[in-house]
This record gives sequence, structure tokens and C-alpha cells, in this order.
Amino acid sequence: MVTLNSFLVLGAILFCIGLFGALSKRNAVAILMSIEIMLNAVNITLVGYSSAFMGHTHGERLTGQIFAIFIITVAAAEAAVALAMIIAIYRRRSTIDIGEINLMRW
Amino acid sequence: MSLDIPTIAFYLIAIVLVGSALAVVLLRNIVHSALFLAVMFGAAAGAYVLLNAEFIAIVQVLIYAGAVTILVLFAIMLTRNAQSQSSNPFAKQWWLALIICVLLGFGLVYAVGNSAMAVASAFAPVHLATLGADSGTVTRLGQLLYSPFVYSYVLPFEIASVVLLVAIIGAIVIGRED
Repeated sequence: MVTLNSFLVLGAILFCIGLFGALSKRNAVAILMSIEIMLNAVNITLVGYSSAFMGHTHGERLTGQIFAIFIITVAAAEAAVALAMIIAIYRRRSTIDIGEINLMRW
Repeated sequence: MSLDIPTIAFYLIAIVLVGSALAVVLLRNIVHSALFLAVMFGAAAGAYVLLNAEFIAIVQVLIYAGAVTILVLFAIMLTRNAQSQSSNPFAKQWWLALIICVLLGFGLVYAVGNSAMAVASAFAPVHLATLGADSGTVTRLGQLLYSPFVYSYVLPFEIASVVLLVAIIGAIVIGRED
């Protein structure tokens, strides 16, 4: 029996894996990939809610799927800009190790 | 615990999702990480199909498994560092990140199991896709996104298109050779 709980726990686990990658990797592209995992985890959670509340009072509750579409849009924009920034940084400093890009370190 | 086809499909997809996400984070070669990222996007599309969200599944395959994976592979190719042995190393404080993530994970799972909202709705069965059932949501989704007459998300949708345009132009300007 698959309930809403199953999808929420799946989303939580995926989010934590992505967060671990985003916090612990040194390669900027790897951090970006981890952020994509986190966004996908949130999308799975939202679509799970949308599917669980389908057929309630206001017709079908598809708001979760609408939110997922907007998240996918913003994630695509974010990936394009971030990869362009990574390539620009690599061109100037010939590294994408975030341990060496430490201008804003305190 | 009954094992019907949607339940088995859910557990298969969940195992593939978690396994490939772990592979993305843990593998030492970043090209392998990117390829497992594509596997993870495909498995997420499977989860959306299972949740009766066909449109999201198609969009996931087109944008994530298609475009984002190619973008990431291009970025890896253009930033290849030949002299470093491992292309995807961990930072020194990885154990701190592990502690934070494990704590957050337990907190989230506890909250899912115990908050009032979750307890009220958690055991509502999810409407899983079944064989032969016609439960298309694409028409309703399109009305909810575009319709200028009834309640819809047409203004945020147009703003999202402007966001995409700005991001594309910004990416070109930032990534351009001087």
C-alpha cells in the first residue's frame, strides 16, 4: 500500500542526499548537480501531494503540479546561468574548485 | 501488506532514485556522476507517471533528462582539469555536512510521521496510475495554466517565460568570450 507518506519520505531522503552533496563537494559542477537532486526531491513531494488530494472539493487539486512546472522552469534557468558562471570562472582562474574561489570567505 | 503492480513499481523507482542520487554524490569521477544524474532524472519521471502526472513526466524527460544533463556534460567537458587525479573530491568538512544532513533527514521523517497535517492526510492512498485507467490530467492542467477566463495561473506563467528569457540572455552574456 503506497500512501502519501511513502512519497514524502522518499522526497525527504532525496533532499538530504542532495543537501549532503551540495555541502560537501568541492567541484562546482557537482554542487550544481546536487542542487538539481534537491529540486527534484521537492518536485516529487509536490506532485505526491497533488496526487493525494486529487478529487477533493474544487475539482482536481492540480496546484502541486503547477508548482512543479514553475520549479522546473526556474531550475532550468538556474542551471543555464550557473553553468555559464562556472565556465566564466574557469576561463579566468582555470579552476572550479570552490576551495580556491574564496573571495567572500571570512 | 498487499503487493500489487503499482506498489512494486513504487519501490523499484524509489530504490533506483535513492541509489542513483547516492551514486551522483559519492562517485569519484564527475562524468559518472553526471550519467547517474540522468538515471535519477529518468527514475523521477517514472515516479511522476506513477502519480498520474503525465505532463510533468514528459517535461521532466525533455528538460531534465534532455537539456540539463547535456548542459552539465558540456560544463564538465569545458572545465576538465587534466592534472587532478579525482575530478569530484569531497571537502575536508564532509563529516559536518553528513551530521547536518542526517539530523535534517530524521527531523523531516519525524515531521512527516507526526505533524497534525501529516497524520490527517498521510494514510490517504495516493491515486497511483493503474493499467487501463483513463485518468488524464493534461486537459485540466492546461486550463489551469492558460485559461484567461476561469481561475488560472496565466500571469505567473507569462512571468516565468520572461524569467527564462532573462536567464538565457544572462547566460550568453556571462559565458561569452571577452
